[in-house]
Amino acid sequence: MEQENPGVLKTEATQRAGQMRNRIRLRCVLALARKESYQIFRDPSSLIIAFVLPNILLLLFGWGISLDLGYIPIGVVVENRSTDTSRIVAALRGSPYFMVREADHRNELEPLLVGGRIKGLVVLSQDLSARLNAGSAPIQLLVAGSDANTAELIVGYMETVLQKDRLRWSEEAGQPLRSGIINIEGRVWYNPNMDSRSAILPGSIAVIMTLIGTILTSLVVAREWERGTMEALLASSITRAEFLLGKFIPYFVLGLAAMLVVALVSVVVFAVPFRGSWPVLVGVSAVYLAVALGLGLFISTATRNQFVATQAALIVGYLPSFILSDLVFEINSMPLPIRLLTHILPPRYFVSALRTLFLAGDVWDVIIPDTLILCIFAAVLWNLTIRKTRLTLE
Amino acid sequence: MFERIRRLVIKEFLAIFRDPASRMVVTIPPLIQLFVFSFGATLEVRNAGLGIYNEDGGLLGRELVARFWSVPITFSRIVPCKNLHDVQEALDTQRVLAVVHIPQDFSRALQSGQAPTVQVLLDGRRSNAAMVVQGYIGRIVAQFAQESGMSKDNRRDRPPQLLAVTRVWFNENLHPLWSSVPALLGILTNLVALLVTSLSVARERELGTFDQLLVSPLRPGEILVGKAVPAFAVAYLEGGLMVLVAVTIFGTPFRGSLLLLAAALFVFLLAIVGIGLWISSLAQTQQQALLGSFTYMVPAVLLSGFATPVENIHPAIRWISDIDPLRYMVAINRMIFLENPDPSVVLPYVWPLVPIATFTLVSAAWLFRHRLE
Repeated sequence: MEQENPGVLKTEATQRAGQMRNRIRLRCVLALARKESYQIFRDPSSLIIAFVLPNILLLLFGWGISLDLGYIPIGVVVENRSTDTSRIVAALRGSPYFMVREADHRNELEPLLVGGRIKGLVVLSQDLSARLNAGSAPIQLLVAGSDANTAELIVGYMETVLQKDRLRWSEEAGQPLRSGIINIEGRVWYNPNMDSRSAILPGSIAVIMTLIGTILTSLVVAREWERGTMEALLASSITRAEFLLGKFIPYFVLGLAAMLVVALVSVVVFAVPFRGSWPVLVGVSAVYLAVALGLGLFISTATRNQFVATQAALIVGYLPSFILSDLVFEINSMPLPIRLLTHILPPRYFVSALRTLFLAGDVWDVIIPDTLILCIFAAVLWNLTIRKTRLTLE
Repeated sequence: MFERIRRLVIKEFLAIFRDPASRMVVTIPPLIQLFVFSFGATLEVRNAGLGIYNEDGGLLGRELVARFWSVPITFSRIVPCKNLHDVQEALDTQRVLAVVHIPQDFSRALQSGQAPTVQVLLDGRRSNAAMVVQGYIGRIVAQFAQESGMSKDNRRDRPPQLLAVTRVWFNENLHPLWSSVPALLGILTNLVALLVTSLSVARERELGTFDQLLVSPLRPGEILVGKAVPAFAVAYLEGGLMVLVAVTIFGTPFRGSLLLLAAALFVFLLAIVGIGLWISSLAQTQQQALLGSFTYMVPAVLLSGFATPVENIHPAIRWISDIDPLRYMVAINRMIFLENPDPSVVLPYVWPLVPIATFTLVSAAWLFRHRLE
């Protein structure tokens, strides 16, 4: 009896403490949120982070990342001038993609491939015209592969230019190419003009919001620990949930506002179509913000040190969401282990949802799974953050 | 003076390496990132889904479809579509990247010597991949057309043709890893140098220890040098380690001169350390320093030619890439790893780094002195 009693008392006490810890008092949350808001408005850098930085980044993504080839220096070697070669050179010169340098010998131009002074070389051989008259002639395309991605683009564009030239020329010669030809009519859905910017910008919003989310929250808890103000909070009766909610709400409102501004700017200024519905966009963004801000709060609570938190934020905030989110680099093309890894990184789901919302519309088969997975991420991150939060001094 | 700087350098090293968390953050993640991102950074299309909407019942249509089945590396999933509704659904849900639509009269038209039209429907949400895949499908169809035309024994009526024969220099198999590893080497050493420098002053300012430094006999210039040296050393060593990893583990060729790379990396890191200290002396708090680091890092990577070529950048912001040190370093790395260039080819990429380094270091020193009040 007497041995049991303290045990019973203890469990009751822990239960009560547990209830206390899980209770959320609106008044406390709001008070903390208000204090946090004052802090946001006092340091202008938070407002710059939320409203100026995203738009600058949007501009950089919109204008800086593009696969539409722009004026690449290439060389053409004409070993034996004829009407055929001058026509081909003219076709290359006439295309807006290439800046053409001409020479008679390959020795003159080949060394320029080193160092990228020219990135590709078209060689029209000595016997080109003779072989053309006989039926078909080879054209050699040389590209510098040190940038494999660009090399592939250049080859594609060169082939297109040469092919177009061949079609036009045979029509002019009164011999329209008929047999042995299948016309290909490419039609791009969701983005009929194949505008690289319309495809990049919606996805880049995901990268931008990941960045903003981590910058905003990765320091908020660590800062309190470092400045010693955390101890004042510990002395109060605030619970873990109240504490985290109080930290979360102001930044959530700020982040959502930033998100809407960025979305509006991309539609109004960059003329990206928006075919989905705005309430869905707000809903998905709210879930993603819970993930991005949750990540920041997690970094902050786990490190408790602004220096380490900042370094961690710099590492996880930008490059992973840029490279592994399907934004520019296709996830499907990556090796299996990396593909599996991308499944545990939230940005890819937001990129997919945003792209669909902007360009295709409310396709529930895409948006619902993406949102559900993001909800799971949010739940896991918040759970971890709450566990890591210690409201006691060691 | 050297003694004072030496002591400060030791203190700064301790500040980075004493804390296990901070030690971890500076050393391990860059190497992990090198592994993960080098495999990730490719514009190739592999394992894509392809929808086939074949309305043609004839033999030639089936033969064309078979061609798409025979490239499983590019198209690992072939989704047959029976009607337009299937096509719409396959594209909407992103199960396929493109749909090839073979029309009803395809076989008949091709046999009778007319030119039938094959429609390719592409998912414009993934415009990059769509563009690559369009070219790929075009090549498959063109080859098919040519071969089916040949068999018809009408070679004589055919107009002359040009056949493009492509050869790639420096990276014969267009291995994406070979060009992403050297580029990432630049990006990640940049990140490390920035991680260490951009916070160094802001942190002391916030902790209040900066005032202690000021009342010490150290002059502002000496404090700056003391802050710069450890960051530089850490990033430089990390860079060397990455070269080693690239060559031994990734099997990237290293065809140029190591000495040249070492020299270029030296100037580059001076520029980055300058930028980091510049951010650091401007920032009042660590959050501002974080903001500053991102404000530099995002454009630096986007406009470096790492993901898409520098020539594609919109003319209005191309000047930013001209002052982006990372752009030069990415080009230098790719050159030295793969092309074995003459120093006279590399130096034009190194020279722009010198004024950038001078400007950032001098202005950081100036800012440093003027923000003391």
